[in-house]
Amino acid sequence: MSGAAPLASGRWRRAEIAFWLVPVACYFLFPGYRVLGSQVFIAALFALSLDLVLGYAGILSLGHAAYFGLGAYAAGLLAAHGWGEPLSGLVAAAAIAAAAGYLASFLVVRGEDLARLMVTLGLGLLLYEAANRGAGVTGGVDGLSGVSMDRLLGAFPFDLAGDTAYVYSLAVLFALFVFTRRLASSPFGLSLRAIRENRARMPAIGAPVRRRLVAAFTLGAAMAGVAGALLAQTTQFVGLDTLGFHRSAEVLIMLVLGGAGRLYGALIGTAVFMIAQDRLAELDPVYWQFWLGLLLVLLVFFARGGILGAAEAIARRAGRR
Amino acid sequence: MAGVLFDGLAYGSLLFLVSLGLSVTMGLMNFVNLAHGAFAMAGGYVCVVAMNRYGVPFLAALPFAFAATAAAGAVLERLLYRRLYGASHLDQVLFSIGLAFMSVAAATWLFGAAQQPVRLPAFLRGQVHAFGADFGIYRIFLLAVVAASTLVLAALLGRTRFGAQVRAAVDDARAARGLGIDVDRVFTATFALGSGLAGLGGALGIEVLGLDPSFPLKFMVYFLLVVVVGGAGTLRGPLAAAMILGVCDVAAKYYVPQAGAFAIYGVMVLLLLAFPAGLFGRRA
Amino acid sequence: MNFVKIALVALAAAVAVPAGAQEPVRVGLVAPFSGGAADYGKQMLAGIRTFFRMHGDTFAGRRIEVIVRDTTGPNPEIAKRLAQELVTRDKVDFLAGFGFTPEALAAAPVATAAKVPMVVMNAASSVVTTRSPYIVRFSMTLPQVSAPMATWAAKHGIRKVYTLVADYAPGIDSEKAFKATFTAAGGEIVDSVRTPLRNPEFAPYVQRIKDAKPEAVFIFVPSGEQGIAFMKAFEERGLARAGIQVIATGDLTDDDVLQSMGDPVLGIVTSHHYSAAHDSPVNRAFVKAFGEVAPELPRPDFMAVGGFDGMAAIAQAVTKLGGRIDGDRALEILRHTKLESPRGPIHIDPATRDIVQTVYIRRVEKVGGQYYNVEFDRFPDVKDPGK
Repeated sequence: MSGAAPLASGRWRRAEIAFWLVPVACYFLFPGYRVLGSQVFIAALFALSLDLVLGYAGILSLGHAAYFGLGAYAAGLLAAHGWGEPLSGLVAAAAIAAAAGYLASFLVVRGEDLARLMVTLGLGLLLYEAANRGAGVTGGVDGLSGVSMDRLLGAFPFDLAGDTAYVYSLAVLFALFVFTRRLASSPFGLSLRAIRENRARMPAIGAPVRRRLVAAFTLGAAMAGVAGALLAQTTQFVGLDTLGFHRSAEVLIMLVLGGAGRLYGALIGTAVFMIAQDRLAELDPVYWQFWLGLLLVLLVFFARGGILGAAEAIARRAGRR
Repeated sequence: MAGVLFDGLAYGSLLFLVSLGLSVTMGLMNFVNLAHGAFAMAGGYVCVVAMNRYGVPFLAALPFAFAATAAAGAVLERLLYRRLYGASHLDQVLFSIGLAFMSVAAATWLFGAAQQPVRLPAFLRGQVHAFGADFGIYRIFLLAVVAASTLVLAALLGRTRFGAQVRAAVDDARAARGLGIDVDRVFTATFALGSGLAGLGGALGIEVLGLDPSFPLKFMVYFLLVVVVGGAGTLRGPLAAAMILGVCDVAAKYYVPQAGAFAIYGVMVLLLLAFPAGLFGRRA
Repeated sequence: MNFVKIALVALAAAVAVPAGAQEPVRVGLVAPFSGGAADYGKQMLAGIRTFFRMHGDTFAGRRIEVIVRDTTGPNPEIAKRLAQELVTRDKVDFLAGFGFTPEALAAAPVATAAKVPMVVMNAASSVVTTRSPYIVRFSMTLPQVSAPMATWAAKHGIRKVYTLVADYAPGIDSEKAFKATFTAAGGEIVDSVRTPLRNPEFAPYVQRIKDAKPEAVFIFVPSGEQGIAFMKAFEERGLARAGIQVIATGDLTDDDVLQSMGDPVLGIVTSHHYSAAHDSPVNRAFVKAFGEVAPELPRPDFMAVGGFDGMAAIAQAVTKLGGRIDGDRALEILRHTKLESPRGPIHIDPATRDIVQTVYIRRVEKVGGQYYNVEFDRFPDVKDPGK
């Protein structure tokens, strides 16, 4: 995790531009997979938000789904109660998730790794139970249906084939990615990485550690909330599992698979994970879990930087020769 | 009231037995082992197989579950866990989640997804009536086994040379090494012991908690909870935490069924706020 | 696992068929096939395959092909995505399955938007059929099987009942229906409790029941591990000895797990629409064919029957349409289905698109060394009172 190369200058490399053209091409090349595609983008945004919290700020969180779910329910409830405008729904969800993240961050930044892990885990579980209990509002285990969305920008309805959903989620992902990318190469982003590397030294150079961590956590929560809202809006449904531990664990795996602290790692890891899951789970749902577990174990031993980390190592070795 | 207290203590004692190994692992090796529940599950399945396929009586199957899981723990520690002691907590979390997933899939493949039935011997079934309340005989048995194990452990830790070595290693591993204590062997032995206890707890718990392949993931939270709230690396910490959490959970479900599972997490968050290093925490 | 491979091979074969040959009728089966509820999907699919074994899979010259999708359920979000993909990518003519109410509710809008009939083979809460005009249900509803239990109990001198249900839509449906019917018949509900859906430990709840001293406890929990856990707690606390009887919906004594539950279940009275021990030639043939098709499952249960009858109805629709499938016309035929099912006679109420069937009162007895739900009373032509 240390040794993640920063995205050098703010300028976009050619590889990055090519990278972003791929999903655009996929829209036309794989018309039957647009629903899966939009879900990949949403998960990628979620993973990106966790990268900010874990990869950059170094906060080990096992309950990040709490903010994802909060955003999902916020947007879903808004739409179910009559306010179906998509973009304002996103903003509202982001605000609510940010508020929750802000409040939680005070608990999270104290103590160290272990306590933080438990607090994030515990908060996630508490929220899950609360949503379960509040079935009158959230629909409980049966989920929140009746989420009816207005047309996006007044012109594009959310259709069955997922066309609007695809473009919508890709656009939001891109916009927030650009924002995060600038943030990562800004002084704020650099100070986050410094805090992660050596927390004790930071006050010595005048960086306000707690404030930076709170800011990072809140931003990460807000972005997760947007991802959740996107899910609610594009599927017109909010299930209890948007808050569940399984989702928190999954996004962590996706992020680490791609390589934390590298932004693109979140995107690549998510894409690889979800596409593999879609293909393999069809063949063998039980064994999918086994291979996933094995992959994690191998990842930890042989490829700590995930896919991008391994790619970088290969590139470095090739460059050295 | 007495009945509820008793049930809570029995449930808590079960949690304690399983979580003890995790407490030692987290306190001694500073290793976040989310796969600990898998050892408990393994113990449960060993017990079931011994009883259903080989006709071993329940009481004899218990030490068998302990031994088998302890052996498995020793092997895994030597081969895998040992290499990650210095790794970041994130890596440990990922590794242990991976192991947990593998164990769940393996259990499903070997035993199917359904609950495992186990027939208790007749003398462990039913209830006794005392002090105006009914007490389940099996839960009395549970409490007795856990109490006995705890006493044995306390004696082991407090009165034997091995115990002294463990305590020294927990306090300061580097200094312990400097004194000539083979810390590696201590680690392996304690990990094996902790896993064995988890396996025993899993076998004992079939009757109370059920046994199916999703056990490690379902109950992992409770074990982690007990350790972090109680304070890793001690005997007293998880004991106190397990009892408190067990009683709170059972009492909440009895008196306020509407609150259900809420209570246990709420109590946990409150306790963590009040005692960030755990009730009897040692970490500075 | 086998079934998925077979379905995939069938799909590949279908794709490889040269143009000009008849395309198969595609049915998308959406259900849990892994995780704790894996048996739901397996029983449903086995029921479908039993139907094919007994009646072949070609109707009006077209072969019916089942595309299997696993929700790893209960997972409404995945169910919805799978339904969407089945409809847009695989172009299925029918959606089928749905082991859980939340999954059915999430997929309902897909059926409506695509105008594809959705044959529900298990999801049991009343509200399901109201979510889309394309839904036809072949399983049962909880109020439908719970109300007769209340009637029977009141008739047989049980005056005070404590209810325990799982806290989700089917459970709440069941509780409401039981309470309404029981109190209307003059009985008294001592108290009620709703347990969390994934509850591992019933001890505190069962203790509360014991302390309340009712004559009977009425329980509904999803079939499988919850029922087993409840019976464990029930036996451990000696409720039977305290004179408390268990009355329940048949989910408690689901044929799929009944044999592994042990002696404590003997004598339990339940109400349900299907028992593997139902004495009719149709059922006997069904059970026999089922054993040949799925030897790894102990015996068919009510979900297998849901699969069997659902597929029978689809086959009937294909035949009546002469092989030319149109969503709206197929729906019209499905709405008027009448079948002699392994469970007994069933038909669909055209107004609600929900099933009307006989609800049996059964008692668990040992027959030929195995536990079975033996029917001893019946309530014919029960509609869903929840509408």
